[in-house]
Formats: sequence, C-alpha cells, structure tokens
Amino acid sequence: MMSTNMTTETPPAPASALKNLGEVRAMIKRHKLNDYMFSLIGLLALTLALLTLLTLFTDLVMDGYQRFNMEFLTEFPSRRAAHAGLLSAWVGSALVMLVTFLVAVPMGVAAGLYLEEYAPKNWFSDLIEINVTNLAGVPSIVYGLLALGLFVYILDLGQSILTAGLTLGLLILPIVIVSTRESIRAIPIAIREAAYAVGATKWQVVYDHVLKYSYGGILTGVIIGMARALGETAPIITIGALTFIAFLPPTPVTDVAPFINFEWLSSGFTVLPIQMFNWLSRPDHAFHINAAATGAIIIVVTLLMNGTAIYLRYKIRKNIKW
Amino acid sequence: MIKPTTPIKAESRNLNFFYNGGNHALKSVSMPLYENKITALIGPSGCGKSTFLRCFNRMHDLYPGNKYQGEIVMHPDNTNILEQGVDPIEVRMRISMVFQKPNPFPKSIYENVAYGLRVRGENNKRMLDDKVEEALKGAALWNEAKDRLQDLAFNLSGGQQQRLCIARALATDPEIMLFDEPTSALDPIATANIEELMSELKQKLTILVVTHNMQQAARVSDYTAYMYLGELMEYDDTNTIFTRPSRKETEDYITGKFG
Ligand SMILES: Nc1ncnc2c1ncn2[C@@H]1O[C@H](COP(=O)(O)OP(=O)(O)OP(=O)(O)O)[C@@H](O)[C@H]1O
Ligand SMILES: [Mg+2]
Repeated sequence: MMSTNMTTETPPAPASALKNLGEVRAMIKRHKLNDYMFSLIGLLALTLALLTLLTLFTDLVMDGYQRFNMEFLTEFPSRRAAHAGLLSAWVGSALVMLVTFLVAVPMGVAAGLYLEEYAPKNWFSDLIEINVTNLAGVPSIVYGLLALGLFVYILDLGQSILTAGLTLGLLILPIVIVSTRESIRAIPIAIREAAYAVGATKWQVVYDHVLKYSYGGILTGVIIGMARALGETAPIITIGALTFIAFLPPTPVTDVAPFINFEWLSSGFTVLPIQMFNWLSRPDHAFHINAAATGAIIIVVTLLMNGTAIYLRYKIRKNIKW
Repeated sequence: MIKPTTPIKAESRNLNFFYNGGNHALKSVSMPLYENKITALIGPSGCGKSTFLRCFNRMHDLYPGNKYQGEIVMHPDNTNILEQGVDPIEVRMRISMVFQKPNPFPKSIYENVAYGLRVRGENNKRMLDDKVEEALKGAALWNEAKDRLQDLAFNLSGGQQQRLCIARALATDPEIMLFDEPTSALDPIATANIEELMSELKQKLTILVVTHNMQQAARVSDYTAYMYLGELMEYDDTNTIFTRPSRKETEDYITGKFG
C-alpha cells in the first residue's frame, strides 16, 4: 500500500549504505574462508587417523589371513603354530566379559543414578564427581596392582576368571557411571516436572521416566566400556593370568540339578590379548601369523561392538526428541 | 465487586517465598481462588507469577533450599498445603498443572493420559480406557486422537500436545488446575481452543492461570490479580480490573503504558 505523501520523490540511498554492503559481503567471504579452512584441516586429521587404523588392520589381515578358519577358533594353543588355536582364549574372554558386565552394569548404573538423582548437591558430591571422572584416566595397570593386592592376596580369589572380571568391571565402572549420568542429565527438566506434577514419587519418576529415557545412552556407554575391557592386557597380566592354557573352565550350565555351576569363576584362564601377546613373544615366525590373526579378530569384534552401540543409540533415540 | 457468597476453594495467606539464593520472590501475598472460577495472574515479566503458581503444587520442593512462609489453605478441608506434615505428593494429587511449553512424555498418547492414574496404582485396563477417553474428550482431543492412541505424543502438533497435557492433568480429577502461560507457544486458533476449553473446565474445577496476554485474561477469567515485584498490587473481578482499576499502576500495565 502506498500512502499519499510517498508520491514525492524518494531520496536515493546514501552511498555509504552501498559501501557498507560491499564491506559486509567481503566480511562474509572472509568468515566463509575460515569455515572452509577448518573443514579442510578437520578432514585431513580424520583421514590421517582412519588411514593409520586401516593400514594397521590391513597389515594384520595380510599377515594372519592364513589362519582365518574354523580350526583357529576350535583348537587349543599348541607347540605347533599351524595347529594352535584360540579356543581357550576366546572362551576365557567371553567368560571374563560376562563377569565384567555383571559387575559394572548394576554398580555403575546404581552409582550414576544415585549421584544424579538422590545425592545432595554439595562440595562432597562435587568431590566424588571429580574423582569418578579422574578414575577413567587412571592407567589400567594400576587397576591390575590394586586387584592383585585386594582380590588375589587379601580376598584370596586366586588368579581366576572372577578376579579378572572384577578387575575389568572396576576398570570400566567410571565409563558406565559417567555415561549413565550424562544420559540422565540429557532428560529435560520439563519432563521430570511433568511427572512430579501428576503426583509421581521420586522412585516412580526414576523408574518410569529417567531409566526408560536414558537406557539407550547407558547401553552405549556399557558397550564401549566392554569393548575397551576386551582389549585390556596389562591388568590381566598383573593379576597373573596364565599365558598357556590348554583346557576350558568348567561349563557354567550343567545337565544335573541345579543346572548352574559356579566353578568356572575360580578357574584359571587366558584371554585374547594375552594369547596374542604370548604368540608374539615367541621367536618362531609361524606364531607371529597367529598373533596377527588374533589382532585382526580383536579389532573386528571391537568395531562390531562399537557399531552395535551406535546402532542401538540411533534406534532407541529415534522415539525420543529433545 | 467480589461476591462474598461464592465459596472459596483455596487461598494464600501472607505467602512469602524465598528462592535458594535468598531471593525474596513473593512478598506477603494474600489472595483467594473462588470455586469453579478462573483467576488470572497478570504482571510484568519476573514479577513472580510463576513462582506463585508453583507454590500451589509445591513444585518448589523439587529444588533444595527453597523456602515458603505463610499458608495456602484449601477448602473445604482447611488443609494448609504448605505445612511441613503435608506431603507434596498429596498436594499434587489434588492440584494438577499445565506448563508453558507442552511437555508430553516420550510415550504414546494413551500412556501420557493414563500416567497420572498409573501413579495412583490404577492398572485395570477397562477403567484406564474409560478414564483416558473421558479426559481426552474433556480436553477436546478425542476426535483427533481416538484412532491413534498408541502413536507417540511427539507426533501431535503443538496445540494438540498442549491439549494432551491438559488431558493428562485432567485424568486424575483434580480440584484445582494451574496453567502457566498455556498458550504462549501456540497460534491464535489453538489458543482459542484452549481458552474455550478452560471455560468448560471451570464447571468442574477451579482454575488459576498465568498469562501475558491481556485480552486472554479479560476473555477467560472471572477474577484477575495484578502482581508487581513479588507483591500483589490489585485483585478484583476481571471486569473491574479492566474497566476501572483502583490503582494507577494496574491501569498503566493494562493499557500498555508500562511493562
Ligand atoms: N530458580 C530460581 N532461583 C532464583 N530466583 C528465581 C528462580 N526462578 C525465578 N527466580 C526469580 O524470581 C522472580 C520471579 O520469577 P517468576 O519466574 O515467578 O516470574 P514470572 O512473573 O513468572 O515471569 P515471566 O512472566 O517472565 O514468566 C524473578 O526475579 C526471577 O529472577
Ligand atoms: Mg513465568
């Protein structure tokens, strides 16, 4: 719409406005250049990291591909490299992981939940928070020493699957605690208030909402922690795991009542990275092939676990938008 | 003027409120909520409207260090809901709340409405079905939602989500419903829907609503309270407040000269 006094001639736009526009455009260009530069540097760094990993992996596969067969998984270690297998190692890893999981998940989730939902917020809880975060950075061999002193000597649990599982459970506990707290913190206050406003108790809010909306994130943390535990070698060596094991632990499930048996917990064992280390430290080159094949398998399993974590996170979060 | 014959559902008496840091956010506020009436709270941003509203369902108890002084008495039982011995959960079972931004749970439409009943231990499917339907009808959402009760609540539009939140608050048969700027995130049509809804709801319950929208206060409320800097400046029936307020400050605020 045009009002009557607009018919009088409009003054031309002052030249300064045009000049400013030119400046603005130049500035935007400069800023865009920064964007461009940064994405270039970022891409370069990423490529470098991926290339290193890829080279490493290819190298392992090239060295070890001869052993990629069923026999490698179903045979015990042996003096003859070509017939030595991973059976005791992967079974040991699986059982240790089981204990690790059973230790780290309930303890980590309970601790994270308590710190986030129940603990009073004061200097003491701040102190605990800092310490938990720091624990994640403690070298794993220190956990090994602690476990040697506590589980092996004081509690007399032996150099067993139980000891290893407890040690790795403690090792990844901070990861589980931190991921639990972070996923809980991501839940908007508005959702909590909505639940309280209809009359929910604290436990109802925790059980019906907090846990339900955060378990995707918690699960991700757990899987990433487990993937890390799978490759840990130092603490397991420290507690004195055997490096040459030609037997399997007693089976957890039996065919006589009560069908479950816990003897396996106190059994000696070995795990994948230790088996790899053992083969690697032999002078005979034939064993190095086995080591390379084991390394490739560990990497694949780790990547698979992390991939599962990413997939689950995506799938679970799809229904939750905030 | 205020008709003394209308029963009072709840009233604040010399209510003071202090936030954690010591911020004295409400200063000796005394005000009635008449039964089956809508009371509107108006006033400039930061004057304490939300703070006052959230005293009624003890929402401030969720955060440490907050302190109430004075009373909020509910009738006819004469319970001072701010008293130490009164459990905030009991208060929230009687007084429900609708928030400024729709905040449905990331659950199905059905579960959103049913949640308040589940919290009360109701698990009978038939009973829940009936109550959910009744609440969704009460919130004027039944027709849009009846064929998609198992859909995620997030898939509803903003206005529908807010009506869902009203249904959730309604399902538990509250005596009082609190609304904190319930339409500030909605378009004019959704706003009109909610206003109409509030007028219907007051047949059954008592409403306290915070609003920044003068026309809204004038349209829907029976009584209006004007707050400023934590104090109740003026309280009267809505007509009087909007036509001949007794204080200059109220008039300035309403006519937009201030605020
Ligand atoms: N959690 C808090 N801690 C400390 N002070 C707060 C807190 N929340 C609000 N306040 C303060 O209390 C006063 C009242 O805030 P309140 O949220 O009740 O205002 P309001 O009238 O609802 O404002 P608006 O219209 O912007 O929503 C303000 O000065 C605010 O800064
Ligand atoms: Mg407010």
